Amino acid sequence: MQIAIEAQALDAGYRSGDRTVKVLSGLDLTVEAGALLTILGPSGCGKSTFLRVVADLLDSLGGQISVLGEAPSAVRSRRDVGFVFQDSTLLPWRSVRDNVRLPLIVGQASLTRRIEDRTDELLDMMGLSDLGGRFPHQLSGGQRQRVAIARALLGEPRLLLMDEPFGALDEITRDRLNDELLNLWRRTGATILFVTHSIAEAVYLGERVLVLAANPGRLLLERDLRPIKQEGNRCRREDPEIVAAMAAMRAALEIAS
Amino acid sequence: MNRTAPPPLAEALLPVFGIASILLAWQFLLPLAGVPAYIVPTPTAIATVFQRQWPLLMSNLTPTVIEALAGFVIGNTAAVLMAIAFVHSRLLQAAYFPVVLFFNTIPILALSPVIILIFGLGMTPKIVIAAVICFFPTLVNMIRGLDSASANEHELFRVLSSSKWEVFWRLRFPRALPMLFSSLRIASATAVIGAIVGEWIGSDKGLGALIIQATFNYQSDRLYAAIVLSSSLSIAIFAIVVLLEKRLIRY
Repeated sequence: MQIAIEAQALDAGYRSGDRTVKVLSGLDLTVEAGALLTILGPSGCGKSTFLRVVADLLDSLGGQISVLGEAPSAVRSRRDVGFVFQDSTLLPWRSVRDNVRLPLIVGQASLTRRIEDRTDELLDMMGLSDLGGRFPHQLSGGQRQRVAIARALLGEPRLLLMDEPFGALDEITRDRLNDELLNLWRRTGATILFVTHSIAEAVYLGERVLVLAANPGRLLLERDLRPIKQEGNRCRREDPEIVAAMAAMRAALEIAS
Repeated sequence: MNRTAPPPLAEALLPVFGIASILLAWQFLLPLAGVPAYIVPTPTAIATVFQRQWPLLMSNLTPTVIEALAGFVIGNTAAVLMAIAFVHSRLLQAAYFPVVLFFNTIPILALSPVIILIFGLGMTPKIVIAAVICFFPTLVNMIRGLDSASANEHELFRVLSSSKWEVFWRLRFPRALPMLFSSLRIASATAVIGAIVGEWIGSDKGLGALIIQATFNYQSDRLYAAIVLSSSLSIAIFAIVVLLEKRLIRY
């Protein structure tokens, strides 16, 4: 079994001046390569902070973290990590196509591997083929997140980090994008870490769900859902076991808060 | 009150109607009210000046155009360059921004004689005054614009291992463009004001000089013609800025 992420007694947070604000405390975690792990928790539990440490956007405050067997910075400079933000973070002055192509335009100097131009393929895959010439303000929220996902996938990252990417979308769009994401994961074989504050989304998407508690952020519960899901991480939202898993997580979060 | 939008044709015609009604009232009602022509000349009298004294008006417009345009370009370029230096060096900004702020509090009318003392009576001091008057709003807007990219946008560029240069050209600068253009719109009017103020204080050429001479000689028709030209010059620079903005900012 290959390991994608290994964290031991990881502390993470922010330094502001002399003060250190610890958001996440003592996290132990192993993520297999190719896994789809969802991280669930209330605001302030450190779930976004953890993604930022993995992406080398934030230094850890203590403990160990290795990503694809290396330091996070090495993985970032090899462009083996894609990041999708809650707000799509599309550049409003670039067309859809040019937004997807951004990874080909910047950061080439430090890039240690060649990235192919798969813009057309990705636009097609995300159902955006007809929208390439549009600008972000002409798209719906769901379309904007599709563009953001296509951009994150352009460099064929082995690790995709998603920070509440569908949090601002309506439920119908969110459900559809959840299914698209599952298809994408089956096709690419990438490891996905998906942060959400929706219990239903965490259970539906995840092979494993990590539930974090806040103040300080710590691991509350870890649940392997593969035994109650079918081949390829398939399930129906109304399956009794899935509903029961959601209820158990809701109860755990209520006790912790 | 009825606030529904007028139909498209009316929307195009209403401003024409508005302007025409004011011109007509000016032409016919003001003389009837006993306002003498040496205080407020009629629109036709002003139009006659344009017809009869065209060479005089043009010979005075040319220096003002050159001064205002040169001041506009120099002042705004300097402001953009200083903003770039400031956002890349907080030390520099901390040391010199208060100085610039103090400089900005000096009224341009008080500063102009000093500039004329330094640069003499040619076109240079007028260009400097026009540049100074454009400088500050653009500096402030440009600093704010260059700093306006969101934390997520900076993180996106970091995930992509972008260089500082790329962050500047691909993120900070395009982010700043809308704010830069809003200050350029303002500068299109203030640059002309700067050139005219400079000409008031020490010149025998230019629209500013023409305004002063016409005022003291009670040639109010010529004075009003000079005012129309000054305003047209501002509008022309404004139109160039807007055209450029439309080409560069398409979202």
